[in-house]
Amino acid sequence: MAKPALMPYEKAIELYEPVLGFEVHVELNTKTKMFSDAPNFFGGEPNTNVTPVDLGLPGSLPVVNEQAVKYAISLGLALGCSIAPSSRFARKNYFYPDLAKNYQISQFDEPIAFTGSVEVELPDGRLFTVPIERAHMEEDAGKLTHVGGATGRIQGAEYSLVDYNRAGVPLVEIVTDIIYGAEGDAPELAKAYVSTIRDIVVALGISDAKMERGNLRCDANISLRPRTAPGEPPAKLGTRTETKNVNSLRSVERAIRYEIQRQAAILEGGGTIIQETRHWHEDTGQTSAGRPKSDADDYRYFPEPDLLPVVPSLELIEVLRAGLPEAPVARRRRLKADWGFTDLEFQDVVNSGLLTEIVETTKAGASAQSARKWWTGEIARIANQRGVDASSLVSPLHVSELIALVESGTLTDRLARQVLEGVIEGEGTPDEVVAGRGLAVVSDDGALIAAIDEALAAQPDVLAKIRDGKVQAAGAVIGAVMKAMKGQADAARVRELVLERASA
Amino acid sequence: MSHDLTRLTASALAEKLRTREVSSLEAVDAHLDRIAAVDPDVHAFLHVAADQARATARAIDARRASGDLSADETGAARGGSASELAGVPIAIKDVLCTIDMPSTAGSKILEGWVPPYDATVVAKLRRAGLIPLGKTNMDEFAMGSSTEHSAYGPTHNPWDLDRIPGGSGGGSAAAVAAFEAPLALGSDTGGSIRQPAAVTGSVGVKPTYGGVSRYGAIALASSLDQVGPVSRTVLDAALLHDVIGGHDARDSTSLRDEWPSFAAAAREGAATRSLKGLKVGIVKELQGDGFQKGVTQRFEEAVALLTAAGAEVIEVSTPSFEYAISAYYLILPAEASSNLAKFDSVRFGLRVNPPGGGTVEDVMSATREAGFGPEVKRRIILGTYALSAGYYDAYYGSAQKVRTLIQRDFARVFADVDVLVSPSAPTTAFKLGEKLDDPLAMYLNDLTTIPANLAGVPGISLPVGLAPEDGLPVGIQFMAPAREDARLYKLGATLEALLEEKRGHPLLSEAPDLAPQEMFASEEGAV
Repeated sequence: MAKPALMPYEKAIELYEPVLGFEVHVELNTKTKMFSDAPNFFGGEPNTNVTPVDLGLPGSLPVVNEQAVKYAISLGLALGCSIAPSSRFARKNYFYPDLAKNYQISQFDEPIAFTGSVEVELPDGRLFTVPIERAHMEEDAGKLTHVGGATGRIQGAEYSLVDYNRAGVPLVEIVTDIIYGAEGDAPELAKAYVSTIRDIVVALGISDAKMERGNLRCDANISLRPRTAPGEPPAKLGTRTETKNVNSLRSVERAIRYEIQRQAAILEGGGTIIQETRHWHEDTGQTSAGRPKSDADDYRYFPEPDLLPVVPSLELIEVLRAGLPEAPVARRRRLKADWGFTDLEFQDVVNSGLLTEIVETTKAGASAQSARKWWTGEIARIANQRGVDASSLVSPLHVSELIALVESGTLTDRLARQVLEGVIEGEGTPDEVVAGRGLAVVSDDGALIAAIDEALAAQPDVLAKIRDGKVQAAGAVIGAVMKAMKGQADAARVRELVLERASA
Repeated sequence: MSHDLTRLTASALAEKLRTREVSSLEAVDAHLDRIAAVDPDVHAFLHVAADQARATARAIDARRASGDLSADETGAARGGSASELAGVPIAIKDVLCTIDMPSTAGSKILEGWVPPYDATVVAKLRRAGLIPLGKTNMDEFAMGSSTEHSAYGPTHNPWDLDRIPGGSGGGSAAAVAAFEAPLALGSDTGGSIRQPAAVTGSVGVKPTYGGVSRYGAIALASSLDQVGPVSRTVLDAALLHDVIGGHDARDSTSLRDEWPSFAAAAREGAATRSLKGLKVGIVKELQGDGFQKGVTQRFEEAVALLTAAGAEVIEVSTPSFEYAISAYYLILPAEASSNLAKFDSVRFGLRVNPPGGGTVEDVMSATREAGFGPEVKRRIILGTYALSAGYYDAYYGSAQKVRTLIQRDFARVFADVDVLVSPSAPTTAFKLGEKLDDPLAMYLNDLTTIPANLAGVPGISLPVGLAPEDGLPVGIQFMAPAREDARLYKLGATLEALLEEKRGHPLLSEAPDLAPQEMFASEEGAV
């Protein structure tokens, strides 16, 4: 891929106003699929969690999953949306093998939730209101694996395999209105927005919300328009691109920054932006052209005749409203107070998009401070190194177990980092890694004393120094003992024992 | 003996089975023999499941002998109405999925496809102990009024083999009218049960939309399709409707109503024969110009019988019916263009690889080009156009508005009358090939039946006699408000009884006997 020209970010913002829009797809964690009784589970043997409905077999008919409707209503309410007294499913027609019917059942002109907003917090603590146009229900498509090409994409592939396990998984698509005014904070706003949506769906308990697994997917629309002199009317909106394959919070931010720089360079060079989808490449940090996308894409939407309108009772809506978790901003304020973090500590957590992880880790039993320390420290460091989101590396439950092991003295911090590494490598739970790698602290004084006596015997000069009251000389012995114990000893306890044995 | 068994109505045969005067195996064998004798000429069947039918019959006979037929099968659970039909053979329109027989919907694109499941109605038949004989011919994907659009060749009308048996369910109607099966299942999207019934002298019912599950019926137009019974008597249709009707959780559009026994309604109608207090509306827009003379004549005679039996008959007007065909031929193709998109060779059915391979799109395209017939392509193109951006409002949108107007017309006249009446079809059976090259003329044949589908109301067609000019059957259609199917069975059975009283025998007994005597002769000769 030739490296396209990029304009320096600051200059791009000086010349152009970025205008944003997001489509976030949330996979709901219902037991069964959106329109069939197949398990809502993918991964595993391809084409096993399917029914005639998911395979689009002739004669099969969809039936709406009631739980998915409830989840969609809850999400709509959490986004401050109005809930439609009656909404309809529609067919989106297109020929592509990822949906066996060759149409997707979605909602078009009558979404279940519309007109809301979400407050998100920028890194400097400012609040920004993102307008929500709608949230609608639809079914996910199957997964295509393109085989034989160099890139793993359809271009150049010899053949493609289709796995319909994902076909029919319930989705809610959240569509923002056009977002103006993000200015130079556009990349940070994008990340904060997606992070907030993630916090909301996790708090609602309606999605596993793992971006790296595609539970939460963001399509980022961006266009630039030239700035006009004060007093002049604003320029008309520029042509937008829609960046897909943005599978982490970090990528959301990077992709937006990249597109701003790329589009600015093209516009500045007198070129025009092509309305198209762009494919984000995490490894190169670039986007590449996908398929052209025009407003005239004709999906021949029409009301799905196999389904009745969705008409939730007012009572149901109120029950769901009463069950809503608190709004993200209020929640953040409360958590900050509860946890007793400093402003800086808390901002660090929010900006890392790790609020949810810390909440979940504390729910699993850890203290907020230890949870923060691990997530924003060692885990974030590894995530950074690997260019992934911290949340994709390890589960809050495992972090909490790890912290418990440190607090009980089973692990030192240093050992705990090794255990963390094992957990990330998929060696199992912290307990399993401790067992598998034999990493627990040796708390058997007998074993330590034997090692200490051996070390003291090997270094009679040191023993003499200690006996002379030069306690700092003990360091050499402690070092030798720790080495003999392969680091699996509590250094403080070793020091106590060394002094004890030396004076014996 | 076997010849006699095929002449019995389903209820009469069921009675003989119940008293064990005949066995289910004998009944099945009689019908298989009849199929072997006449179907080479009639071509009602695309698939005959002789071995399975005999095996099922033996099992039913054994269970009946041991007193082991379940309550559902003996009808005890439903007041004696629902499965009086245990052990009775039945023909199934090929649009319905059957786990043990190919289900092609009359299309090459599904040739040989055996579904991994039974349609809900088929499962219900089996539970009630009915015995599927095979699958009947139809216009491809139920698009047509003559079965000439079947990819497997047309079905011939048992009254005149040079004529069409109606469509799309010509196979089911012909099978029943030719005594190849006492009962059949059909599907009616714009008249595909009622029009074939009319032109073959049989009885056909399109139930209220949502009254019978569509799960497993290969969809033509989802908002119009409805599965229903085909038979030789009103009571038989009612008995079958009792078996297949009711809510199905797999079909979101199926109604949750508790339905009355339709067989009870039919029996009551046949017994009382009085129509006092019944208000009947003759639909002004569904008669007159364009209706064959003999059709109008027999229709009027039947209406006179209604009046004589105490019904109050008035003329009502439903002005929007004028636009019904236009609206129908936008809504149906629109839905069909989407419903038929799944036939792309990826998961099932025909696959045609273009020369030299190609992309998935090329394969889909080559498959659909080879697998669909001309009428199906015509409607897919029409429907795709009607739904396209920029045309949607003018075509699909306007058609939906007309549909609303038609529903309002029904609502308005049903405030005044209990049922509506019209001829079932404008003409008697036309000649094979006569309208094949003129799609519009073919479409016009459904003028009378389409409004009921657009409004979701039930309709029944029953034979009223033969048109003097051609000696072919004429049908009368009654329509009732949604959910009032029982009203149709009661009224239908009354009229049927009055007609038979007047005529002295069932109309179908006048049909030519197709069984070639030579067959028996040659069998004898072989001995």
